[in-house]
Amino acid sequence: MATDKPKLAVHKFSSCDGCQLALLNLGEPLLALPGLVDIVHFAEAGPNSPDQPVDISLVEGSVSTPEDIQRIQQVRQNSKLLVSIGACATSGGLQALANFANRHEWMASIYTDPENIEVLNSSDPISKHVKVDLQIQGCPVNSAQVIGALRDLLSGVAPRPEVHSVCMECKRKGVICTMVTKGEPCMGPVTLAGCGALCPAAGRGCYGCYGPAEQLNDRSIAERFEQLGLDAQAVLRRFRFIANSAAGFKTASEGLRGDTDG
Amino acid sequence: MQQSAKIERQPGFLPRSDFQKLLDGIVQSGYQLLGPVVKDGAIQLMQISDVTQLAKGLTNEQQPGHYRLQQTAGERLFDWNHGPQGLKPLCFAPHEVLWVEQKDPLSFTTRLPDVKPTAVLGVRGCDLSALAIQDRHFLHAAGADPHYRQRRERLLLIGIDCAHSAESCFCASTGDGPSVNQAVDIGLSELDDGFLVWSGSDQGEAVLQRLDLATAQTQQLEQMEGQTEQAAREQQRQLPKPEELIRLYQRLEHAHWQQVADRCLGCGNCTAVCPTCFCYDTQHEVSLDGLSAQNVRQWDSCFSASHSSMGAFKVRGNILSRYRQWLTHKLAGWQEQQGRIGCTGCGRCITWCPVGIDLTKEADAILWEGSLDE
Ligand code: SF4
Ligand code: SF4
Ligand code: SF4
Ligand code: SF4
Repeated sequence: MATDKPKLAVHKFSSCDGCQLALLNLGEPLLALPGLVDIVHFAEAGPNSPDQPVDISLVEGSVSTPEDIQRIQQVRQNSKLLVSIGACATSGGLQALANFANRHEWMASIYTDPENIEVLNSSDPISKHVKVDLQIQGCPVNSAQVIGALRDLLSGVAPRPEVHSVCMECKRKGVICTMVTKGEPCMGPVTLAGCGALCPAAGRGCYGCYGPAEQLNDRSIAERFEQLGLDAQAVLRRFRFIANSAAGFKTASEGLRGDTDG
Repeated sequence: MQQSAKIERQPGFLPRSDFQKLLDGIVQSGYQLLGPVVKDGAIQLMQISDVTQLAKGLTNEQQPGHYRLQQTAGERLFDWNHGPQGLKPLCFAPHEVLWVEQKDPLSFTTRLPDVKPTAVLGVRGCDLSALAIQDRHFLHAAGADPHYRQRRERLLLIGIDCAHSAESCFCASTGDGPSVNQAVDIGLSELDDGFLVWSGSDQGEAVLQRLDLATAQTQQLEQMEGQTEQAAREQQRQLPKPEELIRLYQRLEHAHWQQVADRCLGCGNCTAVCPTCFCYDTQHEVSLDGLSAQNVRQWDSCFSASHSSMGAFKVRGNILSRYRQWLTHKLAGWQEQQGRIGCTGCGRCITWCPVGIDLTKEADAILWEGSLDE
């Protein structure tokens, strides 16, 4: 069925499918989407033509196998615009924790035939292997942000990046600060907005899953966490979690005193 | 510059057991009533109708980066000072649609908020002064903001003297508290056995007409004055005088700015809780089909990259320049632009800063430490 609508593909790499599910959870906008674009590939939703040339590719997941490298290069060739979505695609994801350890030793201690597993030495963001036109952080992504970006790209304008900290989302929503009222070690001040302050709204500190804020004063917040009772290892793990290999968080964790395991 | 309660007040006395009658009078006069209640460990303004919902017998511990409520042995309803927000969110909404537009046929429609007349119980002096500053910005500058005005015009303000100061409070040095010296519809001062109550507007007077106030005794008036004087004496912080603060502009290269930047997270909490900060950002949210859009305004902050971005170029690209912008604008620049400093001494930016940065200490260090580069 050939139409002149722009073509869209949603690709998955090393990931949990959570970002695709976030898109599927969109509700009403999802129903409007086929009116605007031809979704030629979105395996989680049905359409399955990974090799068709498209106008826009949304890419979920990190690059962690030799096969991933070949495939992302193919996707890049087939896409006019490539948007990486989520913590895995933009920073390597939770699985990049293995970048800080010797993954071959780990595999040997878990699997009987580790030589059957073909992996790269690191789990990397899409941008390490191909040119990426836009990155949208989050674990999973905020699907409204993805749709907003799609709308902008379809209109031919550059999407506006999110620049605020999670704290600004707390304050706009009237969420009471968990750090100030309860002494929760909260990553919100150094984390990029986008989640709508989900964790603080539930009374917990932010886990930093949206990755580093535009300005990142890791030393100051690490010192604050120590005053609040976290030991050096615990402070390190605040950075070395979901967005562990995002540039700012990675540098932060490597500079912290608790960095003993890698 | 310290103020005492020696202002034009002719209060009557309302016994503690009759306080519910005041609340009833407000509601019966057609207002929805917002009052201070405890929610998620902090004082917040919520819709109430009954005196039992109020934050009774509580005081607040407010220090740099630290806020806790504590039980007192007493019965008082207003022994705390405030929570993270003053009146700002009630008039200058954190997030709101300003207008909507349709593509075909092309139309633009202003979306004014639908607001009920709203009475706010227990507003402190620092927040009343801050409201006057916001009024000047949103209402009196050329072209009043219709969204702000819509909300502001429907507010009935019930002020309360502070009988205590929190550790972060320093309103005595800015002249904005601890007593209510600003325009209010109804004023309150809480005593051990009840309240001194006075009206400051026709609307306030209409509410008080419903009550049967006793004549205030000299001893009660003395207690009122004594309490606010005591609250002022309790204050441990102070801001330098406005004419001294102007000199911040001569110290833009002071080494201390870097020391603050080493601690500051650039998170923007200070600006979001500040009752006078008025910066916002507007964005176009286009529907997915591209046929309609809404123009949305939300609180911005001089600590965010968007605040000083000129296309690809950020005028203030680091935390140092952003903190310097916040402090110099608030304490010096506002004097020229708004006729006074932009700080009313509420202390919120100190309490709600995750790392406890204290503007009074930073201003002192920058003004008085090291050599002058003038
Ligand atoms: S709870 Fe966390 S994210 Fe929210 S204001 Fe406090 S420090 Fe910031
Ligand atoms: S600058 Fe700080 S102390 Fe002054 S009014 Fe704003 S929040 Fe209150
Ligand atoms: S700053 Fe002054 S008026 Fe405001 S709460 Fe503290 S003591 Fe009261
Ligand atoms: S002064 Fe405190 S609240 Fe303000 S931006 Fe810096 S760390 Fe955040």
